[in-house]
Amino acid sequence: MKKKKKKPGAASIFLNGKMVGTHPDGKSLSVRLRERRRMNELSSQVNIYYNEKLNELHILTDKGRVRRPYIVVENGKSRLTPEILGRLKNKELNWHHLVKMGIIEFLDAQEEENAYVAIKEEELAPDHTHLEVHPANIFGVVAGVLPYPEHNSSPRITMACAMAKQSLGIYTTNFNNRYDTRGYVMYYPQEPLVQTSVYKSLNLREKAAGQNCIVALTSYQGYNMADAIVVNRSAIDRGLHRVAMFKTYETEERMYPGGQKDKIELPTPEVVGYRGEEAYRYLDDDGIIVPESEVKGKDVLVGKTSPPRFLEEISVFGAVEEKKRESSLSLKTGESGKVDSVLVTEGPSGNRLVKARIRSIKTPEIGDKLASRHGQKGVIGLNVPQEGMPFTKSGIVPDLIVNPHAIPSRMTAGHLLETLGGKAACLGGMIADSTAFSGDTEAQFKEVLTKNGFDEHGEEVLYDGLTGRKINAKIFMGNVYYQRLHHLVSNKMHVRSRGPVQLLTHQPTEGRAREGGLRFGEMERDCLIGYGASMLIKERLLEESDKTVQLICTECGSLATHDYARNREVCPVCQNESVEPVEMSYAFKLLLDEIKSLGIFPRVMLKRKG
Amino acid sequence: MASKKQSVKITPFEAVGVVAAQSIGEPGTQMTMRTFHYAGVAEHVPTGLPRLIEIVDAKKEPKKPIIDIYLKKSIAKSSSESEKVAKEISSLYVDDVAKVEDDLEKLYIAVTYNEKDGKAQGVTFAALKKALQDFSENQKVEGHQITIKLGKKKTKTGEKKMTAKAVRKMTQKVRQALVRGVQGIYKAVVLKGDGEYFIRAGGFNIVGACQHPSVDPARVYTNNIKEIEKNYGIEAARNAIVREIKDVMDMQKLFVDIRHIMLIADAMTYSGNIKSIGRHGLSGEKVGVLGRAAFEETIKHLINASAFSEEESLVGVTENIIVGQTVPVGTGRVKLVMKGQKK
Repeated sequence: MKKKKKKPGAASIFLNGKMVGTHPDGKSLSVRLRERRRMNELSSQVNIYYNEKLNELHILTDKGRVRRPYIVVENGKSRLTPEILGRLKNKELNWHHLVKMGIIEFLDAQEEENAYVAIKEEELAPDHTHLEVHPANIFGVVAGVLPYPEHNSSPRITMACAMAKQSLGIYTTNFNNRYDTRGYVMYYPQEPLVQTSVYKSLNLREKAAGQNCIVALTSYQGYNMADAIVVNRSAIDRGLHRVAMFKTYETEERMYPGGQKDKIELPTPEVVGYRGEEAYRYLDDDGIIVPESEVKGKDVLVGKTSPPRFLEEISVFGAVEEKKRESSLSLKTGESGKVDSVLVTEGPSGNRLVKARIRSIKTPEIGDKLASRHGQKGVIGLNVPQEGMPFTKSGIVPDLIVNPHAIPSRMTAGHLLETLGGKAACLGGMIADSTAFSGDTEAQFKEVLTKNGFDEHGEEVLYDGLTGRKINAKIFMGNVYYQRLHHLVSNKMHVRSRGPVQLLTHQPTEGRAREGGLRFGEMERDCLIGYGASMLIKERLLEESDKTVQLICTECGSLATHDYARNREVCPVCQNESVEPVEMSYAFKLLLDEIKSLGIFPRVMLKRKG
Repeated sequence: MASKKQSVKITPFEAVGVVAAQSIGEPGTQMTMRTFHYAGVAEHVPTGLPRLIEIVDAKKEPKKPIIDIYLKKSIAKSSSESEKVAKEISSLYVDDVAKVEDDLEKLYIAVTYNEKDGKAQGVTFAALKKALQDFSENQKVEGHQITIKLGKKKTKTGEKKMTAKAVRKMTQKVRQALVRGVQGIYKAVVLKGDGEYFIRAGGFNIVGACQHPSVDPARVYTNNIKEIEKNYGIEAARNAIVREIKDVMDMQKLFVDIRHIMLIADAMTYSGNIKSIGRHGLSGEKVGVLGRAAFEETIKHLINASAFSEEESLVGVTENIIVGQTVPVGTGRVKLVMKGQKK
């Protein structure tokens, strides 16, 4: 088949990336198609993109294109006229009407290439094609709720966005009916005093994730150096940033080949691996724990028994003895809490399934992470009772003391502005607007502050809580919305002096869940070599790790064994009894075994030391 | 003075190698990928980590070989004279000034002098003719065209007719024939440094460059360490390694004590030829089987050791760690010796 020759200068038309035909004038076609769309003759979801360089017209109707709304501009005039705005206010019109009327349209990434968008209505020029609905619209959902982003440096905004997602609050309003593996619910969440219009539109006050704290920007005995935060312990006692952690444990009555089944029950002492009466003390008759019982450590939540692993466990008398194994569900080591609720249902494969939700209260403690909405994160460095905190003459005591060094190098002026705005919002009994590019201004806050008899810069005269003396500097103090992030020390803290070792290597296990040790790695080893601390290396890598004593045949140099039956030490290779105990790492013994498996015979030739 | 000397001495059994490796390795992690811009060939020379790896791996040829040619004192003062030398040294091929075409049927190569290119490069038609004279005696000159007839090829047994394939090969050779300059040196640029002019060019042909009468042979330098070793010996190569590593560090504004670098250069060159740091060089030549096996190619070393019934004498650091003994450095090396009791 001969291809039809395209006329010179004709535009190629593509529908969803496939070429469907040509048109003598692509540009005017694109204009006409858009007009149709604005007249609601074409779906508002169709996007048209004309590439002038390649003379290609793309019509896009695919799914999955990310689109965002703009106000249509004609001849440098916004289609959203004051008249229409008025009708909007009277609720005669809504958003969908505007889309249908061609006042607002959605552009995708491609059509955006053909658009010239004005950010503000004042700067509209004749060649603009669109206008942003609001300048803050360039931010997404997460960045949209950050206060005063235009006053912060961009890396801090990025960090603030990342941290907002880690904040603890009320993640869903039906948390009581849910059995999430992990969930945190804040005791007294507050909506921020300084919030953006996006915050309202997302109805986030229903699911607030933080509290308005009185923050003083000063140092405190060096306990807030390097991004630490000093917290008022009395405030914590009153419920500041208090969070409940819910954790769900579950177990299932599994079926085994051969018709056997697990059974959820109170294990009897005959069961293999019975943990003793103590461990089952909270279980009800059905083997399931009673709600509101306080559990900790390795307490059993759901008693369960399993059939024996091997069927040949048949007694001498011929009858099959039902020797059941203990396989109860118990709380992880180091965790504690109260049983919040218990759920008995059916699992996906039709088995009986029991879930137990454990609730534990996590009050803020030293090492917990807090952050404002400006990428200003920090960990709690000290809890100070109210009487130890600085106070104003009217008796106001800050909840948090943040170090001023956190500000200049990070250029988060928004944090300061929020402090001022929060203070003004408190005094004026209002909620300050901090929407990007259009929020309340510093001057407005200053006015409110002066009107209420406060220093217009937000500074306060403080008295040292420890000495009672006046502090010889005015201290910036105000109200900032702080979030508690879900990096809680209590879930991370880990120490080991001794503990379990791995079966294969005899080396300490890894990870907090297994009570593991911290790896003394290659680079750490190199440092000790560089320092010449020979004995310390030996201690770390042998004594504190996988030291064993192995028997070595002095004759052939292979590993010897202790023959318990005859109580003698003998080399299995040459039957020699002249055998010496040698101290070595278990890993080396494994290496010797592995080398043997390669078909190589390693010999350990012994020499007296010294 | 004497006490100063004492205090500077390294303590016995100090693990100098590890300290040197760490002292270079740690700043190495901070090296940026930022490149600095220079005129001419030096523009895309690898610096920083890639160059460091190149030096330490003892590569035969750096990615971008560079030669610094210093001139005799009398010439080095003048910019224009240096420029002239640069032009003379920089290699120019037939292909640069002429159009080379071959006829596979009639078996000849036609070289047409391009006057515009030739004039720009300062190459006369006569020079081009001279460059081509070695190819065949049967040459015809017509205006600005030289035709090289390739009828027969001399072999041991007599004369043989040229094949088309051989003609193609010959054409390539003609294109690459040197009209002027030193083989392998290109893009020469005159730079000023230390009150004199010198030439920086691509390539590393030291011997060729030194033959130019205006070049000071004592001061020619290239970043090709192997070339330095070949022409000036292993001591010069050691100094070149030190200088090159130092240059890399200085350029990134990282400061490493020169003695660490010297130790590495010594380790690479003490045997009389350059060895790389890695499995083909230094680490591959460790005495202990376990030490080598622990580094790379474990199985290969174990099998070879068994085939030759090697003995592990446990002299190295890794070997002793594997076995679970104290390491023979620092405190682990010190032994207490008791004097025999007097009777």
